[in-house]
Amino acid sequence: MSETMSEKILARASGKDKVEAGDIIIADIDVAMIHDLTGPLAVESFEKIGVDKVWDSSKIVIPFDHQVPADSIDSANNHIIMRNFVEKHSIENFYDVNAGICHQILPELGHVVPGEVIVGADSHTCTHGALGAFATGIGSTDMAMVFAEGNLWFKVPETNRFEINGKLKNNVYAKDVILHIIGEIGADGSTYKACEFAGETVGNMSISDRMVLCNMAIEMGGKTGLVEPDEKTVNYVKKHSNKAYKIFKTDLDAQSLNVIDIDVSELEPQVACPNNVDNVKPVSEVDREIDQVFLGSCTNGRISDLRDAAKILKGNKVNDKVRMLVIPASREIYMQALDEGLIKIFVESGALVSPPCCGPCLGGHTGIIGAGEVSLSTSNRNFKGRQGSPDGEVYLSSAAVAAASAIEGKIIAPE
Amino acid sequence: MKGTAWKFGNDIDTDIILPGRYLIYTDEEILSSHCMEGLDENFSKKCQKGDFIIAGTNFGCGSSREHAPIAIKGAGIQAVIAESFARIFYRNATNVGVPLLEAPGITDLVEDGQKIEVNMDKGIIILENGEEITFKKLPSFMLDILDKGGLIGYLKEKNRG
Repeated sequence: MSETMSEKILARASGKDKVEAGDIIIADIDVAMIHDLTGPLAVESFEKIGVDKVWDSSKIVIPFDHQVPADSIDSANNHIIMRNFVEKHSIENFYDVNAGICHQILPELGHVVPGEVIVGADSHTCTHGALGAFATGIGSTDMAMVFAEGNLWFKVPETNRFEINGKLKNNVYAKDVILHIIGEIGADGSTYKACEFAGETVGNMSISDRMVLCNMAIEMGGKTGLVEPDEKTVNYVKKHSNKAYKIFKTDLDAQSLNVIDIDVSELEPQVACPNNVDNVKPVSEVDREIDQVFLGSCTNGRISDLRDAAKILKGNKVNDKVRMLVIPASREIYMQALDEGLIKIFVESGALVSPPCCGPCLGGHTGIIGAGEVSLSTSNRNFKGRQGSPDGEVYLSSAAVAAASAIEGKIIAPE
Repeated sequence: MKGTAWKFGNDIDTDIILPGRYLIYTDEEILSSHCMEGLDENFSKKCQKGDFIIAGTNFGCGSSREHAPIAIKGAGIQAVIAESFARIFYRNATNVGVPLLEAPGITDLVEDGQKIEVNMDKGIIILENGEEITFKKLPSFMLDILDKGGLIGYLKEKNRG
């Protein structure tokens, strides 16, 4: 009778006593999210289906975060399509251009609780597994089906459980841990699998750090990222949400469970080099001058990241040859950073601070790089052309490495 | 129908298939004019209706953007044949009516620019020299979805019937 937490959540959502990896099931959806960039296609598909009303206007969440504020007439027109959809279907949870990145505001504003099935028309929806939900990215047509029916078919995944142990060295963060894991297992090393993060190191991590791990599960092909809820999870959820929740944990003798031991006690700060997220090296082995630093995104735009970076930047100047862009992941984080004086430190150091949005992460809005330019980014993807020119390069790191490198003008680890 | 095989490597991500700056569009014609632009900005001009994309492992990794398979569909690609596919892309491509055929070893057998043919019902790929490669046939409901141009068309037809 032993099962993984993914199997238990999907059994609950499909009204069954038990499901096993490989089963095809139809699960009821607790939260369905679209944003301003994937939303218009979902709306188009939904309208083609020809259903009059969405299945449940209280379970749909629509934040604008990719092209905010609108940077072109096309973006502005997309926003109009979405606002009209929100009004027509009385969508209760709508966040216009001033709220922040979807994967930050969903948990922050109480839309995510343990045991739920959450789908988002965005591949980094797996972030929400940090609170013990089964959360996965889907396309726009699948989302249109969810809007019409309130459910979706899934193949129940097997689980790769990463047992992470060891005390992290100074200046080594969750980002370094997940980059290291992806480097080891490869960009397709967890394809179709649920990626569970467990062990003493994860137990000691904050919810923000756990979000960093789960956020990047997709970069090894994972269907979702998950952390078993503990006291920290419950405290977070009680603070941010009044929804009912249910805690599921993995039985360690579950048949579909594959345990991978990771020792992080000797881990150094890591960097993913162009053009794949699994091209990971210790910072000490990378010698590269940079043109731009981006601190932000659904991976590392949280208050702890801003604090880590501000600590390093305080009293220092961003290198003359470098543009540094700081984008808090949400309005709440922005306000907290203002209260703590972090924004002042960034501006004094010569960095540019922008309102909450996805920024240059996917090269469609702001802070785009040109041919031959090198970006060091705290986001999650470094694919060819990801942040602009296909002849540019993107390196990925923690906030601390990003800040230290911005001062130095080349990729280095903080001292 | 025979078509030209356009060959790509491993880990072809959705930013290569359709760069992020074009996600503001939903029109198939506009999207298809940028298909595979991340690696080859002339791809949409070279590609003819009925051609094939051949690729290595993990084709379609990355974002959930359905714009990527729509761009491939609009470019006239008959099917993508790869060693393996990423998960979200697999669902999206099927949902918009692009056949994905998993054929381990395909990149060793097909050269860029060769003319190949696919028989979906028999589950075979016929190479230029007449050699046949088998792939795992798609289940009949999936063939039906593809036949109707995607999931929405399939459901509409089903509801009408």
